Amino acid sequence: MFLQAKGVTHYFGGLCAVSDFNLNLKPNELIGIIGPNGAGKTTIFNLITGVYKATKGSITIDGIELVGKTPNQITGLGIARTFQNIRLFKDLTVLDNVRIANYSQSKYNPIEALFHTGRYDGEERRIANHAMDLLAVFKLQDYADEASKNLPYGLQRRLEIARALATHPKILLLDEPAAGMNPNEIGQLMEFIGWIRKEFGLTVILIEHQMRLVMGICERIKVLDFGATLAEGLPVEIQNNPKVMEAYLGEGGDL
Amino acid sequence: MTYILQQGLNSLQLGSIYALIALGYTMVYGILTMINFAHGDLFMVGAFLCFLAATFLHLPFVPTLLIAMIGVALIGVVIERFAYKPLRQAPRVSAIITALGVGIFLENFTLVFAPYPQHVPTLIKNTTWVIGGVSVSSLQLIIIALSLVLMVLLDFIVRKTMVGMAMRAISWDKTIVPLMGIPLNLVISATFAIGTSLGGAAGVMYALAFPVIDPYMGIMIGWKAFIAAVVGGIGNIRGAMIGGFILGGVEILVAAFLPSTYRDFVAFTLLLILLIFRPYGILGKPRPQKV
Amino acid sequence: MSKESSDNGNWKNWLSRQWAKIVTNRKLLPVLLVIGLLLSFAIPQFGLLNQYIVLILIYVGINIILSTSLNLVNGYMGEFSVGHAGFMAVGAYISAILTTKIIPDSLAPWLFPLVVFAGGTGAALIGLMVAIPSFKTRGDYLAIVTLAFLMIVKSLIENIEVIGGPRGIPGITRLTTLPWTFIWVVIAVWVIRNFVYSKFGRGVLSIREDEIASDLMSVNSRQVKMLTFVISSFFAGVAGALFAHILQFISPRVFDIIKSTDILIMVYLGGIGSIAGSILGALIFTILLEVLRPLGMWRMVLMPLVLVVLMIYRPRGIMGLREFRWFVPGYDLIATNLWRKKKEAKDVSTS
Repeated sequence: MFLQAKGVTHYFGGLCAVSDFNLNLKPNELIGIIGPNGAGKTTIFNLITGVYKATKGSITIDGIELVGKTPNQITGLGIARTFQNIRLFKDLTVLDNVRIANYSQSKYNPIEALFHTGRYDGEERRIANHAMDLLAVFKLQDYADEASKNLPYGLQRRLEIARALATHPKILLLDEPAAGMNPNEIGQLMEFIGWIRKEFGLTVILIEHQMRLVMGICERIKVLDFGATLAEGLPVEIQNNPKVMEAYLGEGGDL
Repeated sequence: MTYILQQGLNSLQLGSIYALIALGYTMVYGILTMINFAHGDLFMVGAFLCFLAATFLHLPFVPTLLIAMIGVALIGVVIERFAYKPLRQAPRVSAIITALGVGIFLENFTLVFAPYPQHVPTLIKNTTWVIGGVSVSSLQLIIIALSLVLMVLLDFIVRKTMVGMAMRAISWDKTIVPLMGIPLNLVISATFAIGTSLGGAAGVMYALAFPVIDPYMGIMIGWKAFIAAVVGGIGNIRGAMIGGFILGGVEILVAAFLPSTYRDFVAFTLLLILLIFRPYGILGKPRPQKV
Repeated sequence: MSKESSDNGNWKNWLSRQWAKIVTNRKLLPVLLVIGLLLSFAIPQFGLLNQYIVLILIYVGINIILSTSLNLVNGYMGEFSVGHAGFMAVGAYISAILTTKIIPDSLAPWLFPLVVFAGGTGAALIGLMVAIPSFKTRGDYLAIVTLAFLMIVKSLIENIEVIGGPRGIPGITRLTTLPWTFIWVVIAVWVIRNFVYSKFGRGVLSIREDEIASDLMSVNSRQVKMLTFVISSFFAGVAGALFAHILQFISPRVFDIIKSTDILIMVYLGGIGSIAGSILGALIFTILLEVLRPLGMWRMVLMPLVLVVLMIYRPRGIMGLREFRWFVPGYDLIATNLWRKKKEAKDVSTS
């Protein structure tokens, strides 16, 4: 199994944010996690990426245990993510935002960095070119020298995905990528996610509130409510699941 | 035993002065998340106002105290309006550097007029009683009692009055509160006035207890009171009081049992150890990072 | 009237063009460095400037090393360290002990670079220790840790009788010369610049911007923080060693919180996150204090006012987050353009 979570449980103080979360992710899959606000969706991302340490349970990638590893180690193992509220390095240029994500890919040591000798030159060139190529894929190359905070909102979202991809991930976690977008933009985003998935050979986990997006592109959906897994299955199954409707719309609701 | 009691009393005296200054740091931090590094120097200004009122106006204790508190409060409010207010949207560090600058300004401005250490006249007739081997001076009792009264008063203001409620609201969320019709600038001014006046009061008490004062006296005491605020949990008013008394106690006890040159060493080492186990101070709570 | 103003405009245009030429001409930099080095030898040798001005120049140099190295932690990484004088003290004491107690006087001038290096290394080791609390603590609490560190260093020195305790070490030979100062300034600025424009330096910036995001973008923040503190404190130690051998007397009081405050002012005056800013800040601070000397005590009243006014109009300092082109590695300036040209060439050849 590729990415596997077994019985992952997390408490904030006495509050159970995630309870007994299980996941078996196959390569190249695209799955969605949905659920009402506060259901623990982002917490799951934080547990996978090592921002929080799971109270109980285990998360493995290719059999390597992730619980207890630091975020940068986990990113090094091939998991990258974006954030619900954009977290770019605001004062830095677009190019630097992407180059920073190349940290573990740049192969030179501190001594070479201090004296700009050895592998420094070649690696810097390689990284800059790689970063520019990646920006070009996202049609951001013309903004390379611009401070990232000056980009319009939509481009900032795109830059965040570009930055995540610069870490050379196998798995990409997208946290509400459609937040703040209009229906037209959501349509473009759906195509875009499908395209990068193919282009970069990615496995994607998506957290989203926009049902159109989730139902449209996800192959499998997990529904969370109050930290517990409420339902799991194909989009059609989820749409017709009475428990899900109840969680979203109250009893007697209709999705 | 009597020795310990004696030192305990001394710690209470020093601790109450630290606590009063620490309160000023904590109040300003709580409301603006800014460290007002000029606060130690406002404490010094308080001591000098006490010196001026007592030497040139020949005023007795209570009016001197009031002059010092009101004077320092006014200076504090003026500083906030002209130096800190323009920086509310600026990076936090700019405000800290400005505060350091204001502090240096106050030190050197005072130095121009008082190049030599000054002697503060006796304002309170000091009588000493010996109770069971422990010598208790009236000055000590007044300092401790007055500090406690001021602290209780402050606690009351913050917890029970409208101004206090506004202060607590602003410390939660600075952007929402003005939308509720609370005059942000006025509340911030009030916070500065109250916080700095406590520093001024501490200056007067310090000048009475250790009557030789100089313009640089606020630097070390200011930093130490800041540490007291951190030990208690910065932003937390009761924490600042506890921190002040702890620091006073540690300093006096170290000086009592070890050569006095070890005082700072032990005090700061203890501080580091405390911060390892309670990184946010005794009463402080970590502000959760949202991801 | 109109002719005159247009003449004036032409003249200004010409000047700005020339200036642009100078700052973009990177070949000029090594030439200037060589001239600077030669001058630093010639000035004391032939008495081109009087002793007082030479002394001021040496202090400017030491202050440049201090402000540039502190800027690494406070400006680039966005922490608030107030302990720089503590690292300086470590460097000063190690070097002064070496030259006064261990190395024979006849050898001392020859071994001076090694002595300074030893001072820096000692400070760097201590810097490594201060880096450890920075893994978990940030902001105000890290500021306290550095303050506590400064006080502990000072207090320890006061309590060690062998090194003079509170009386300090007198009679240090004046070994800090203008050429040595110049060379160390160049080394410090060059190494710190190299660090800033490397993956580690970009890691430092990302920690300032958003530490959690930085960690999630594969930056090893512990490694970056350790390197930053080590380099910063190494050069503080170097500056301390140079300082001890020009002042010729050191005591714990020399390295108190006021010294740290001076360095902080230089950094924030010149501008955070900028090497040019640090150099400018050190220059302005040191020279202004000397120029204003006739004002007597009012000088120190005026200085902080200048700082406060500056902070209001330029909260990030004069050069805040901007860099003078000479300090940016050549490749970094043209990386995007090079890529574009290469791509254009490729597009042309494929079509």
